[in-house]
Amino acid sequence: MPLASEQLTVGEMLLRHGISRRGFIQFCTATATAMALPPWIGAAMAEQLRNARRPSVMYLSFQECTGCFESLTRSFSPTIESLIFNVISLDYDDTLMAAAGDQAEAALATAMKDNFGKYVLVIDGSIPTGAAGAYCASGGRSAVDTLREAAKGAAAIVCVGTCSAFGGIPFADPNPTGAWPVTAIVGDKPIINVSGCPPIPEVITGTLLQFVSTGRVPDLDEHLRPKVFFGNTIHDRCYRRPFFDEGKFAKSFDDEGARNGWCLYELGCKGPTTHNACATIKWNGGTSFPIESGHGCLGCSEPGFWDKGSFYAAQPSAEWGKAGAPSPRRAVELGGAAVAAGAVLGVASAGVSRLRQHRSEQEAADHDRKEL
Amino acid sequence: MNLLDFARGPALKVAIAVFCLGVAWRILAFALLRIRRDLNRPRDSVFKSITGGLLTVGSRSWPHREFIGRTGAGEALGYSYHIGLFAVVLLFTPHILFLRSLFGITWAGLPSSLITVISVLTLTLFIAVLFRRVTNPVMRMLSNFDDYFSWFITMLVMVTGIAATAHIGTSYETLLAVHILSVDALLVWFPFGKLMHAFYIFPSRALNGALLARKGATS
Repeated sequence: MPLASEQLTVGEMLLRHGISRRGFIQFCTATATAMALPPWIGAAMAEQLRNARRPSVMYLSFQECTGCFESLTRSFSPTIESLIFNVISLDYDDTLMAAAGDQAEAALATAMKDNFGKYVLVIDGSIPTGAAGAYCASGGRSAVDTLREAAKGAAAIVCVGTCSAFGGIPFADPNPTGAWPVTAIVGDKPIINVSGCPPIPEVITGTLLQFVSTGRVPDLDEHLRPKVFFGNTIHDRCYRRPFFDEGKFAKSFDDEGARNGWCLYELGCKGPTTHNACATIKWNGGTSFPIESGHGCLGCSEPGFWDKGSFYAAQPSAEWGKAGAPSPRRAVELGGAAVAAGAVLGVASAGVSRLRQHRSEQEAADHDRKEL
Repeated sequence: MNLLDFARGPALKVAIAVFCLGVAWRILAFALLRIRRDLNRPRDSVFKSITGGLLTVGSRSWPHREFIGRTGAGEALGYSYHIGLFAVVLLFTPHILFLRSLFGITWAGLPSSLITVISVLTLTLFIAVLFRRVTNPVMRMLSNFDDYFSWFITMLVMVTGIAATAHIGTSYETLLAVHILSVDALLVWFPFGKLMHAFYIFPSRALNGALLARKGATS
């Protein structure tokens, strides 16, 4: 992999690798189709990319598990190798690059200097700010300092994974490292969130490709996620949806309903409130997705998914705070306390009413006595 | 915390607390009121008063033979939408799951598509009920803000529920949040408006019947 951007256009790079113009258009059309874009976008994307210099991309990993990067390496369309060898210049990624230590840090510094204002910064992982950022440091610098410095020259920041997009698991209660998402640290750059734990590989590569080919941030939802991938809920596109509409639900993971492929809603599937493309693009080259393999959606591409109670509590459940799953006992306790308070008020009201009634009767009796 | 978390978290807690407090308050304040002593000698035994009260609960729940021509349609309308409401609230699977998460008990539901049909029918009846209230001069005269607001808030719950199920308007998450918020609003309003008839209707009929039976009258 290149350690610094070569000054070749993508078209020149492709020729060097023996890839024809027709083959490249086919590749772009397939990518555009995966992104649900109109077919003509593929040709336009190919033309734009052929004449463009390969944009510099830097992939910084902070407080994360490398699951998102593992996911990215399993992208089928486009593949990670075609992306990094032909379309982008991946100038820094501490997982893939051969360089280490000072050499790696020097590569990052050089790439940032040479491409200032033009590079795409990909962030993986949340940013811990506790203990002056000491929970995550590399090359003698904390993650928060590295991010602030790298963000200065970025054309855009792509947050890969729920940790960098929304804080993810490190951000979950009690958040011992003081972790934050990128949006809490950087406020003056275009940010695209590609959430998921991990995100779908084609969603990561597709988002990068779309930005690189058009130079524009795609249409985003309220959580800064590309609408093209996050516009629908998994429930909207789920192949088990007809069973939901018929009221056919699996009650446990080994009952007849589960064997018949009925809806997993009662087993806690978060599909109705989760925006992602799992039900359409699927995973492993379109092989399957969690619901298809028999488990409900965890809602991993939504903010705060780790703190929303049990993964196995049904969707509309009442939530009683971060402490855990909904508890019938707590509802009864709350209701019981309120009934007790209401009873006291009721008795007091009746008492006041009786007192007034008694007084008015006394006054009426006194009045009658006087008249007599 | 997003809108859905707020709706089914803190807002629901407050709504349930207000509902329980308000219902307990109003029921006890009503039940403990002193009934003025009737100094007349009772026409019949205490037993007759009690049975008279219980019979009135039944007899008042059905149109009187003499007035059935005038009141039958209205009562049929009332019964129909109440049955529809109960079916939707108690037999829609997501509602059952919601109640299970609150109280830990569960029961079988109806298919979602059937519930959708019942919901739309109930909604239509609900509009008919309002039309009757507005067009009937006597009912219009008897109606006040409480009647219209109670109708509105119940209607709001139904409309937002149908919108959430059918994914009309915006995302399911937002629609579900608005639906649960409308339920929260209904729970808060419930004890202080005419929706309290759910608790008062049978005791008040029984009391009326018992007092009349004491005087030797049937109702």
